[in-house]
Amino acid sequence: MKALLFSRKPARYAAAMVAGAIRPGRGAKFGPLSLRDVDLPDRPGDDWVRVRPRLAGICGSDLATIDGHSSRYFEPIVSFPFVPGHEVVGELDDGSRVVVVPVLSCVTRGVTPPCAQCQAGHINLCERIAYGHLEPGLQTGFCESTGGGWSTAMLAHTSQLVPIPDDMSDEAAVLVEPTACAVHAAKQVTAGQVAVIGSGSLGLLTLAALTAHDDLGGSPKSVLVTAKHPDQRRWAKELGATAVCAPDELERNVRASTGSMKLDNGQLTGGIEAVVDCVGSEQSLAQALRIVAPGGTVHLVGMAGQTNVDLTPLWHREAALRGVYAYEREDFDTAVELVQRLDLGRLVSATYPLSRYEDAIEHAANAGSRGAVKVAFDLRDERERNW
Amino acid sequence: MPRPGFVLDVDRSTPPIVFHHGEGFRLEKLPAGRSRVLYPGEPLAPLDDVEAAISHALDHPLGDSEPLRALLRPGMKLTICFDDISLPLPPMRRPDIRQRVIEAVLDRAAAAGVDDVHIIAALALHRRMTEDELRHAVGDRVYDAFAPSGLLYNHDAEDPDNLAFLGTTPHGEEVEINKRAAESDLIVYVNINLVSMDGGHKSTATGLASYRSLRHHHNVQAMLDSKSFMDRHSSELHHSNWRMGKVIRDAGVKIFQIESTLNNDTFGQSGPMSVLQKREWEWNARDRASFVTMKAALDRMPVKARRAIFQAWKAPYGVTSVQAGEVEAVHERTTHNVFAQQLVEVEGQTDVLTMGLPYICPYNVNSIMNPILVACLGLGYFFNMYRGRPLVREGGVVIMSHPTSSEFHPVHHPSYIDFFEQVLADTTDPKEIEQRYEKQYAEDEWYRHLYRTSYAYHGVHPFYMWYWACHGMAHAGKVVVVGGETKAVRRLGFTPASTLQDALEMAEDVVGRDPTVTHIHNPPLVMADVT
Repeated sequence: MKALLFSRKPARYAAAMVAGAIRPGRGAKFGPLSLRDVDLPDRPGDDWVRVRPRLAGICGSDLATIDGHSSRYFEPIVSFPFVPGHEVVGELDDGSRVVVVPVLSCVTRGVTPPCAQCQAGHINLCERIAYGHLEPGLQTGFCESTGGGWSTAMLAHTSQLVPIPDDMSDEAAVLVEPTACAVHAAKQVTAGQVAVIGSGSLGLLTLAALTAHDDLGGSPKSVLVTAKHPDQRRWAKELGATAVCAPDELERNVRASTGSMKLDNGQLTGGIEAVVDCVGSEQSLAQALRIVAPGGTVHLVGMAGQTNVDLTPLWHREAALRGVYAYEREDFDTAVELVQRLDLGRLVSATYPLSRYEDAIEHAANAGSRGAVKVAFDLRDERERNW
Repeated sequence: MPRPGFVLDVDRSTPPIVFHHGEGFRLEKLPAGRSRVLYPGEPLAPLDDVEAAISHALDHPLGDSEPLRALLRPGMKLTICFDDISLPLPPMRRPDIRQRVIEAVLDRAAAAGVDDVHIIAALALHRRMTEDELRHAVGDRVYDAFAPSGLLYNHDAEDPDNLAFLGTTPHGEEVEINKRAAESDLIVYVNINLVSMDGGHKSTATGLASYRSLRHHHNVQAMLDSKSFMDRHSSELHHSNWRMGKVIRDAGVKIFQIESTLNNDTFGQSGPMSVLQKREWEWNARDRASFVTMKAALDRMPVKARRAIFQAWKAPYGVTSVQAGEVEAVHERTTHNVFAQQLVEVEGQTDVLTMGLPYICPYNVNSIMNPILVACLGLGYFFNMYRGRPLVREGGVVIMSHPTSSEFHPVHHPSYIDFFEQVLADTTDPKEIEQRYEKQYAEDEWYRHLYRTSYAYHGVHPFYMWYWACHGMAHAGKVVVVGGETKAVRRLGFTPASTLQDALEMAEDVVGRDPTVTHIHNPPLVMADVT
C-alpha cells in the first residue's frame, strides 16, 4: 500500500528544521517524510479492523513534526517509523464510512484493567500512553503499530470508530476530529467573555464550538477573535465572533471592551475572563497572559513546545494556565452534529493526492496567507486503495 | 484695499486649481462650463495698534458691562480662561493674541490689587496643553509668573473635586463647569474667534464644562439640528450653549468676555507658502516656480518630515478686532467681524462639492491627522462653512482630497484608535454608535486616566468628531475621498478614488451626467452665504 512514512533519521530531521524555519512546510521536501510502498501492520488483536482512508487532514501538530519544531517531550510517546494522519474519514471493508478517534487509550492497547482516567471516560488523559501491546504512540498517526491516515490503509480498534451519517460528505467528516478537539476545548470554558487567539482551523472550529453554546450546555458567550488574514477574518465573523481584530490589536481591543487600565509594559490590570490560545507559540502565550483578567484562565489549545515566557503575570494576577488536549469519545457525537449544523465541510479548502505531498504540506503550512483553512489528502482515487 | 472673496466660474482658460492634500497638494483641472471655485477674501487690514485696541475694548465694554477696571477689586477671586491649542489654525506667530490680552488684563488686575488670580486653559475634553504650547499661548512672562506656583493650568473635566454643578436649563440640560471659575468673583474669558462657531456662551459653557454637561449639545441630534453650526442662529449646538449661558449667569457667575478676530493671512505675503493665498490665474512665473518646487520637494519627503515642516508653520495673522464686555453683545460684534473676512455670497447649491483638506484641524496641532479627523474636517467643518443652505444640494456628492492614512498619534488619540478599530469596524451610523458605544468610551477609566495625566483627548472625543460630521453624512448622497488609503476610507464608510476625474465619474452615478461642481478653496478660510 502507499503511505507517507515518517522515519527516525536525525540528519534529515535537522534538515527539516532548517528548511521549515526558512519557509513553513519545506520540511516535507528535506526531512524524513517520504512516499513509500509499505505493508499494512499486523493486526494487534481481534478487535482491530482495516480502515481505508478517504480523506485525511493535515493538522498543526503534523506540520510541527514535519518541520522539526515539535518538542522532544513526544519522543517516548511516538514510535518510528509512523504514518502521520489522525484526522481521518475512512471506509471499512463492509463499505461503511467512519471517522477515527485517534487517541490510543487503554482499551486499544489491551491494558486491563483500564487506567483510572480511561475508566472515567477521559481517554485523552490515558495513563498508559506508552504501554500495552502497541508500540508507543499518543495517537493513531504517531504509532508504528497502527499506521495513519496519510496512506491507503490503516488499522483502527473498533472502539475508535465513529459511524457517520450517510448524508455527511467526506469533506465534512474529515473535520469531525478537529471539531471534537474544539468541542472539548469549548467545554472547559465557562466564562462569558472569551478571547480566542488564532484563526487557523483549530481557532475557527473552537470559535464555532464556543458560539454553539446551546448544544454544549454552556452559557452565551461574547467571543473576540484574532485573525491575521482577510479570509480568516471573514470566516471568524461567519462563525459567530462578536468581534474580530488583528493579532497586534488584541490588547487594545480587550482593554477597550473590558475598561481595563494598562501598564507601560502592555500588561492589562484587568482583562478578559478566559483566553483560548489556539496558536501555542511563545508570542501567543505571552499575549494571553497580558490580557487575561486577574483570576482568569488561559486555555492552551494549540500545541505548545519549548517556550520562554515570563510567568510573572500568571503568578501575580493569580491566573490559571490550563492545557486542553484532544477529546473524549462523547465529544465526537457533538462534533458530528456541529459539523452538520454549521456545514463546516466548507472549511476544507484544498485536497491533494499523496504523490503531491510536498505541495500539500506547504499549502497547509501557509494556509492562512493563501486563503485556506483545512488542507487534506484525498485518497479516494489512489490506485492502490481501489485494488 | 483687500479684495473680498468671490465665486469664479471655471472656463477652458482656467488653470488647474490647488487642492490641499494633507501635507501636500494636488493640482486639479475642474470641468469647464459647469464648475465654480469659491475663493476666500484677501486678508483684511489688521489693526495698527493691537495693544491700543485691547485697552479700548477693556475700557469701553459692549452691552451691559462695566469696564474691566471697575470689576476688579482687592481680595476678589479672578479667573482668566483662554481658548486652547485648537485655536487658531495654524497656530499664530508670537505674540499670540491671547498673550497680549491676558497681559493687559493682568496689568489691570495688578493695578487694582487683585492677588488671587488663576489662569486656566479652557480645553473641555481636548488634550492638555504642554508647557511649550502654554508658553506659546500666554507668553513666557505670564507662564513663568503663574505656572510654577500652580496658578496656570489646564482645565480638568474629570476632576470631581473641581467641578461645580450650577443647575439645569428648561430643556433639562445639566450645567457643570470648572469649580474655581464658577466660584470666582469674575471670569475673564479670552477667546480667539477663528470661525463663527467659536465664542459667545460656548466659550465658558463648553470650554470649562464636564462630560456631564457637554453631552447635552455634543450629540447626534444637536448636530443634525444645526444647519449649520457655523451660523449660531440656526445651530442647536449654540441654542443649547446659550441656554446654559443663562444658567451660568443666573447662578451668579459673572463673565467678562474678550473676543478677537484674525484676518486671512494664513500663509503670509512672502515665502514659499504665500502662493497658497493667491488665485491660480494670477500666479506669476515666480509663483509657479515656487509652487512646483515646493510640491516636488514635499512629494519626495517622507511623511514625518513633511508633517514636521507643516506643523512648525506659524501663521502671520493680523488681528482685525478686539471686543470685550457682556457675552452676547460682544459675540454679535465678533461674528460680524468674522463674517466680514470670511463670508462670500454664493448663488444656489451645487451637485458636487469638492474640497482639498489641509494638514491641520483643531485636534491635530502638533499631532497626526487620523482618518476620523479627516471625516470631521471635511464633513464637519468644511461642509458646515455655510449660512442659509449647504453648498451642496441634498443627495449631492462631497469629494474630499486627503491621504487619509490610518495613522494615529498614540499619545494624543488613544481612544480614536479603538474607535476606528472597534466601533467603525462595526458600524458607521452615528446614532447607533452613540447608543451602543458612547457611554462605554466616555466612562472608560483608562481613557480618563490618560486624559487627566497624559496628553490624550478624552475617551468620548472621537465620538464627537463623528457627530460633527453627521449632518454632512446625512445630507450627502455619497462621499468620495481622492488619494486616500483605500482601507481607511472604506472603514469610514466613504468611497475611495485615485483621481479627481475618477471621483467625478463616481459622482455622476449619484447625481447624473454633467453635474455642477463647486470647489471650496479653503484655507485660507471662506464661508459660503448660499442664497
